[in-house]
Amino acid sequence: MPEIIPEDSVGLVSPQTIPFSDPLTLSCGRTLDKYDLRVETYGQLNESFSNAVLICHALSGDHHAAGYHSMDDRKPGWWDSSIGPGKPIDTNHFFVVCLNNLGGCHGSSGPVEANPETGKPWGPDFPVVTVDDWVESQVRLADHLGIQQWAAIVGGSLGGMQVLEWTIRYPDRVRHAAVIASAPKLSAQNIAFNEVARQAIMSDSEFHGGRYQEKGTIPSKGIGLARMVGHITYLSDEAMKAKFGRELKKEYLSFDYDAEFQVESYLRYQAQEFSKRFDANSYLLMTRALDYYDPASRYNHNLVEALSEAKARFLVISFTTDWRFSPERSEEIVDALHAARKEVTYLKVDAPQGHDAFLMDIPRYTSALKAWMKHVAHESQQINEAGVQS
Amino acid sequence: MRRDFALIKPWVRPSSRILDLACGDGTLLSELKKEKDVRGYGLEINPDKIHKCIEQGVNVIEQDIDQGLQNFDTNSFDTVIMTSALQALHNPDKVLDEMLRVGKECIVTFPNFGHWRCRLHLSTRGRMPVSEFMPYSWFDTPNIHFCTFKDFEDLCHTKNLLVLKRLVTDHSHQNSALTKLAPNLLGEIAIYHLCRKTSGIRS
Repeated sequence: MPEIIPEDSVGLVSPQTIPFSDPLTLSCGRTLDKYDLRVETYGQLNESFSNAVLICHALSGDHHAAGYHSMDDRKPGWWDSSIGPGKPIDTNHFFVVCLNNLGGCHGSSGPVEANPETGKPWGPDFPVVTVDDWVESQVRLADHLGIQQWAAIVGGSLGGMQVLEWTIRYPDRVRHAAVIASAPKLSAQNIAFNEVARQAIMSDSEFHGGRYQEKGTIPSKGIGLARMVGHITYLSDEAMKAKFGRELKKEYLSFDYDAEFQVESYLRYQAQEFSKRFDANSYLLMTRALDYYDPASRYNHNLVEALSEAKARFLVISFTTDWRFSPERSEEIVDALHAARKEVTYLKVDAPQGHDAFLMDIPRYTSALKAWMKHVAHESQQINEAGVQS
Repeated sequence: MRRDFALIKPWVRPSSRILDLACGDGTLLSELKKEKDVRGYGLEINPDKIHKCIEQGVNVIEQDIDQGLQNFDTNSFDTVIMTSALQALHNPDKVLDEMLRVGKECIVTFPNFGHWRCRLHLSTRGRMPVSEFMPYSWFDTPNIHFCTFKDFEDLCHTKNLLVLKRLVTDHSHQNSALTKLAPNLLGEIAIYHLCRKTSGIRS
């Protein structure tokens, strides 16, 4: 709980739900006739709408990227380290938009929300959405907000895939693109981890084919297990060694299967907490969106060709100990970008935290993002001044 | 501004594609972009220098050039530049090959170990030269592959490279009459403009 709101925080914020009634045809062929997007914004939109920044969230993220919803909040939004006055994504300069993606479970249309046709929760009947569908829904959001071109779109991990897709699909609507700890498609190993997570959920006896809400229960064991395996892949061996080592909870061995090691206890706690805040059907859906993303597949499996129409200036960042989205995967994006003769800057940040590093305040990472965003802000301001003069 | 940069700039064609190896803080690329509208990237591994590149708005890619340039296509740049880094590479000969694979031409600058000061230092004191120009001791120097102009030209000859232009300067980067007369003795820094003999000479 923040006793006082820090000066570099966006402060108390409240989300809004924006209803859309233009039918959205999805990659799977189905159509959402009506849908809601839960959105948070920080900072002020300038006169020419040239300073808008879209933040795309990752697997378990949501629209609450920065600030606090109430003085009772234990923690700020998920990317508070980078969004706020004076922070890399500086809300003194930018109008920052973050939304809960379709199929999520924090207020946008998704498995836990009511299907407008039946009035009952969608559950497993909510369509399997893709990164492409998310980008299409985000385009509708941009149109709704009057934003013709984003000053920048920024995202890590699965969020980075959305950024990449924007630059391919809507080259004229994004000036700068920051793709952090991401990949142009998942590897077999990555899909395999997602499959373990899904099997964990679907084999929980409380899953009921995804209709657990109707039964008044949740597959908390399954979603917890899915989180455990995910969480392990987000940390590096080094980070786990530093955090837990082989430390025991008690001073002696119990010769049973209770949580004896600190790392076990930590994972069980994480699993429990996650099962309270994240919906199992949403988790299935988010991991599928990750698995399916492969923009090069539409261009003869040639990423250079896929990026050939992109116009944005790119910033790509990877972290040395990230093995879920390793530096080599970011370098595939970088290599395709320079082969396609696009503007790109690439950093491989030495950090022990593994994949989770992209959410943390690591000095080299934070200062690089800040320096890069400063150019974005400068350009947005120039566009604004030119617009005001004309 | 570094004087060697001033000497290099006239050799870079307007609106060309440039790859600057070990680009440092990005000053050369930044100036070439402003003055000659070039496009391209700098490669660098030093985090502080990479940060300065970002501050200058230069496209910088974190990459160790000693590991090769396999990720860049053949002939994908007009000119590949490398200033004052040749002597710090583990495999300078292989990097030179790579420079002329990915680029149609290259510009290389390096310090001359055959300069009279170096020779005097070694012959009179019997010690490795340490000067303002080469400020490191033998054990901590990043400069592990010193050569003289003659050595470098031998390498170019062996590799069948064509020297399009050569400039030799003293420590204040003046290309004086004296340095022209006895470059390997009086020149402190060499600036070479090279291409492959088979790729044809540019007009």
